[in-house]
Parts: sequence; structure tokens; C-alpha cells
Amino acid sequence: MITAERKPITEIKEMIAPYKKVLVVGCGSCVAECASGGEKEVGLLASALRMDAKASGKDVEIKEMTLDRQCVYEFIDQLTDVIDQYDVILSLGCGAGVQAVAEVFPKALILPALNTTFIGQTKEAGLWIENCRGCGDCKLGYFAAVCPITRCAKGLFNGPCGGSKADRCEVDPDVPCAWQLIVTRLEDMGRLDLLCKVHPPADWSKQQGKGPRKIYREDQRS
Amino acid sequence: MMTESWLKKILQSGHFAVTAECGPPKGADPEVVKNKGRILKGHVDSVNVTDNQTGVVRLSSLAACALLLAEGLDPVLQMVTRDRNRIALQSDVLGASALGIRNILCLSGDHQSFGNQPQAKGVFDIDSIQFVQTVRKMRDAGEVIGGDKLTQPPQLFIGAVENPFADPLKYRASRLATKAEAGAEFIQTQCIYNIKRFKEWMGLVRDTGVDGKVYILGGITPLKSARMAEYMANNVAGMDLPEEIIKRMKSVPQKEQRQEGMKIAVETIQELQAIKGVRGVHIMAIEWEDAVPQIVQEAKLSPRPQV
Repeated sequence: MITAERKPITEIKEMIAPYKKVLVVGCGSCVAECASGGEKEVGLLASALRMDAKASGKDVEIKEMTLDRQCVYEFIDQLTDVIDQYDVILSLGCGAGVQAVAEVFPKALILPALNTTFIGQTKEAGLWIENCRGCGDCKLGYFAAVCPITRCAKGLFNGPCGGSKADRCEVDPDVPCAWQLIVTRLEDMGRLDLLCKVHPPADWSKQQGKGPRKIYREDQRS
Repeated sequence: MMTESWLKKILQSGHFAVTAECGPPKGADPEVVKNKGRILKGHVDSVNVTDNQTGVVRLSSLAACALLLAEGLDPVLQMVTRDRNRIALQSDVLGASALGIRNILCLSGDHQSFGNQPQAKGVFDIDSIQFVQTVRKMRDAGEVIGGDKLTQPPQLFIGAVENPFADPLKYRASRLATKAEAGAEFIQTQCIYNIKRFKEWMGLVRDTGVDGKVYILGGITPLKSARMAEYMANNVAGMDLPEEIIKRMKSVPQKEQRQEGMKIAVETIQELQAIKGVRGVHIMAIEWEDAVPQIVQEAKLSPRPQV
């Protein structure tokens, strides 16, 4: 999923300070799963903003709405009938959601309430870890299903670097060394031979070669 | 101007090589580099110039190598993949050769979060092994990544590093084999204080036969004080500094600790000379270049051979 964290409340308050009518819009997909932008978080943020407005004697109207997906037109369309009633849309969608809503409503003001962070996994309750960079050229098959581009701080294809000590990454001892995981997993599978191959330089054009990427599928168009 | 790597000639003729390290200044003063070069000249075969080590901005290694070359030294250009993409790396490799630099040491580099630019974007377009392979192809096949031909290939003796003390130990030896396969011709190791583990690693290296394919130079860093020993043991990534070395440094009065550090360095060099497959030493006297001549002399590696 795409993970995100809510921006500090002071930053959000500063962004919406000039406006009287605010619609807080959540997203029921990834950011709901990582507890940053779902219906519950929309409620919490709207309440906090209302309390703040009251405490500082401001006359501000703050409403709530959560779309199933903020990055797909069919769901964004639910805003069509209400959007004109507001000065600003405070989006708790990921960066893709914020931009998708803005594209559908060119004249509306959309502000982000989240900092979108990474593609990751729910490791345990309250802990999400980054494990995919969306490089467009998946090589997990060579690396025992541990991505070195994402999980090695230096993104080494032919690791490990010289700083791995006691299974830990030199950059952050809280993080396991991805290459230690790769070597151990390959050893367990009896596939250490995969490490004898020198991996050639990666093809980053699949990630950023011509600017923003798109996927175009004729079979999905009709 | 030299036409061949002096380091390569020393190693090929079977001499036990001695290289040292020169860290460029955090400023634009060429005299700092030249002075370090003058201290080392004649006492070592070649001098490595570090490339923004620990991610701290310093005078560029390429420029410092050119300064040392003009002083009559044989510089080893250290280049890290942290700061340059493949276009810049390959371009600088050509530039280095054109300037007359004949040795290159390919590294991935200390992570930028350790230095004075922690908000920098780490490039890591390619890794150190891919970089070794790239330079080798540029030199031997005369082509850049992707196959375009060079009008003139660079002339460089190609090195890489290995840390025998990092984990996993068993894989460290096969990693060296991979570096050799990628095209490395010499290897400089992390500082050796734990000679027992180093010997264990060399045993694994000999088992793979890689010691016959690359020249291995053991890393030596003389300790200035007991405090430095403790600091390195606890704060430097990838360092294995056993408790008995710290105890030994503490056992002498502070005034004599530098001498003791040099003594440990000399003893380590002598132990390394006895290990099969070790073909030289690389002395990294951090901001203490004037210790190098004495260490080389006391290790009876002076005067340096002419080849």
C-alpha cells in the first residue's frame, strides 16, 4: 500500500487559516489501512480543527467526507455536487489522490493534509516498513524476495557494503541489513549460487527515464 | 609524466607494497595536499586520495590527485558512487587518465547521513562492483556502459576495497571473489586490529584461490590515543577493534600513546608480511601523515624499491 503520515497540526492550521468553509476529505484505501487518512482520521482532524477554531473565536465551518478511493474518477465524482460550497478541500489522500481531485476540479483549492511516504507493508500493529520503490524492473527473484534497492540504505545490487555488523545496517541500527537477510535466505534455500553473478548496472529509465511514468493498456480502454 | 601505474609495477615485480592515504582539506588550499605529499614522498609507493570521506565536503579527490602527481607521487584516485551517476563517474575516469592518474579505487562510499550534508540525495546509480566492472570495460574493451566506443581508453590500475570484519564472514570471502571477477586488480582492506579474524578471512580467501588473482593490501591505521581507539571501536561503522588493543593503549601514559599506537601498527605490518596472499599494506594515518615514514622504517620496509 501507499503509506502516509498526517502533517503536524500547526502546519495544517496555517494552511487553512485564510478560509471559512473547509471540507476535510479522506480516502478509504491505502491511507485508511495505515491509519492516516481514513474516515476515522478525518473525524479526528476535523474535531481538532473545530475545537481550535472555537478556542480562538473563529467562525469556521468544517465538514467531513470520505471517498472509497481518492485516485479514481468514479469516486472523486461524489464531490461534484458539494465542492462549490467550500473555500478549500483539505485532502487526507496520498499525493496521487490530492492531484487526482485537483485535476477533476480545476478551479477548486485542494490542500494536502498528509505527507505521502512510501510503498510499504504493515509489519505489525502500528509499524509500517518501506519495501518497494516501484523501480519498474522487479528483481526480487534474484534476491530471495528482499529488495536491496529499497531496503539497503545504499541500494546495492552486489552487496553487502562494509558496514554491516551483527545483522544491522550501519546507517540505522534499528533496521536489519537487507544483504544479511538476502544472504541468510538464499543460504537456507541452497541458492547462494545466485550471488556469484555480478548484477549489471540497473535500468533506471524504467523508473525515471522520461519523467512521470504511465501504464497504457488497450484491453482496458473499452 | 608517468605512463604506467607505479603501484602496479611494484606489485608485479613481487615487492611488498606500501601505500598511504592523504585526506584532502576542508578548503581550497592546494598547499595542504602538496605538504602531505612531500611528507609521504619516497617513503611509500603510492598515495590514496579519499573522496569526500564520511560524506564530508572536501577538496575533490581528482584535483588532489593532480596536485600529488605534479609533486612526483603516484596517486590512487578514490571514487565513490554515492555522489555521481554513471555519466559523471565515467567522465571523471576519462579525465583522471588524461591527467596522468594511473590508479583508481572504486567504492560505494560512506552513507551521506554520516557527513555534513545529511539532507543530500545519495546517488548510488551503480554500486562499487558495477563501477569496477565499468572501469575495466572502459579500459580493456574501450567502451562505456551501453557499448559506445571510446576514442581512447583510460589507462588505470583498478582497485576495490573489502572489509574482512563486517558480517556475514563467510560471504566476505566470496564477495572478494566477485570483486575480482568484476575486474578488480588490487584490494585494500579495512583497518586491521583483529589479526585473528583477518587470518581467518585470508584462509577463506585462499580456499577460493582469489589471492592469486588480486593483490591484497592490508589496511593499517595507527592509533593516536586510547580515546581514539575507544571512539573507533564504538562509533566507526564496520570497525573491529578488540578490547585488548584498547587496554594496551590505556596501559601507557597519555604522552606515550602515539608511540604505542605506532608500535601496534608496526607489529601488525610484520604479522601481515607473514600471511600468505598478503601483498602489501595500506597505511591510513588519519591527519597524521608524518607518522608514516617512521612506521615504514620501523617495519623495515624502507627504503622503497625502484622498479
